Amino acid sequence: MTDLRSPVARVRGLGSAKSGTHHWWHQRVSAVALILLVTWFVVSLILNAPAGQANVRAWVSSPVTMVMLIMTILFGLWHAALGMQVVIEDYVHSEGMKIGLILLIKCLAVLAAVSAVVAMLRMAFGG
Amino acid sequence: MSSANRSARPLSPHLQVYKPQLTSVLSITHRATGIALSVGILYLVAWLCAASSSADTYAIFAWFNGSVVGRIMLFGWTFCLFFHLYNGIRHLFWDAGYGFELKAAYNSGWAVVGATAVSTVGAWLLAYAVR
Repeated sequence: MTDLRSPVARVRGLGSAKSGTHHWWHQRVSAVALILLVTWFVVSLILNAPAGQANVRAWVSSPVTMVMLIMTILFGLWHAALGMQVVIEDYVHSEGMKIGLILLIKCLAVLAAVSAVVAMLRMAFGG
Repeated sequence: MSSANRSARPLSPHLQVYKPQLTSVLSITHRATGIALSVGILYLVAWLCAASSSADTYAIFAWFNGSVVGRIMLFGWTFCLFFHLYNGIRHLFWDAGYGFELKAAYNSGWAVVGATAVSTVGAWLLAYAVR
């Protein structure tokens, strides 16, 4: 069959979606990271059982917890935003609504990421 | 294609005519738990924000977490987390090209179900034991 695409289009291999396998690959990379991070999260939460505001603050303020928790939340939000994008693309068929919802999901993810980091820094250093 | 032609075309069978199978049920559960966990991570962030806030704000959050509805939600998210974690590992093996045979897909499916049940109940028992 004759290929009507230009040689450069064929080399880039991006097709009509104008995007490659980045979404799929990022979903997998974040998934692998989350296997380790979620395992840490569950074990740490059970061992420390941080009940009560003072205990939560003490738990979050330890450097190991803070580093791991920030990574868990950032990778988690990234993975969630990618996953929700696929769900929206599958079920929302109006183009405007689809783009609007995907933007909303990404805004929420960034807002939550910054809020979480600020909250943790405030607990550790805010006095 | 015109609408007249479309009505005469054979349709692919709708989802509800199929008998639910382990593989299809786990597949849709993976998506459903993913959606639930997307809400759950926002709840986790809200919990951290409440903890960094005043004692009164945290007290509201702690009260809700301890309530029956709060506990059911937290238990639900625990289930979702373990299921999505174990079934996600199953998906990564498929991505790498392993475990596609019917028997293997069913065995790994049942392994996910078993591990999720044990982990969900175990995590809550351990959490209460530590406390």
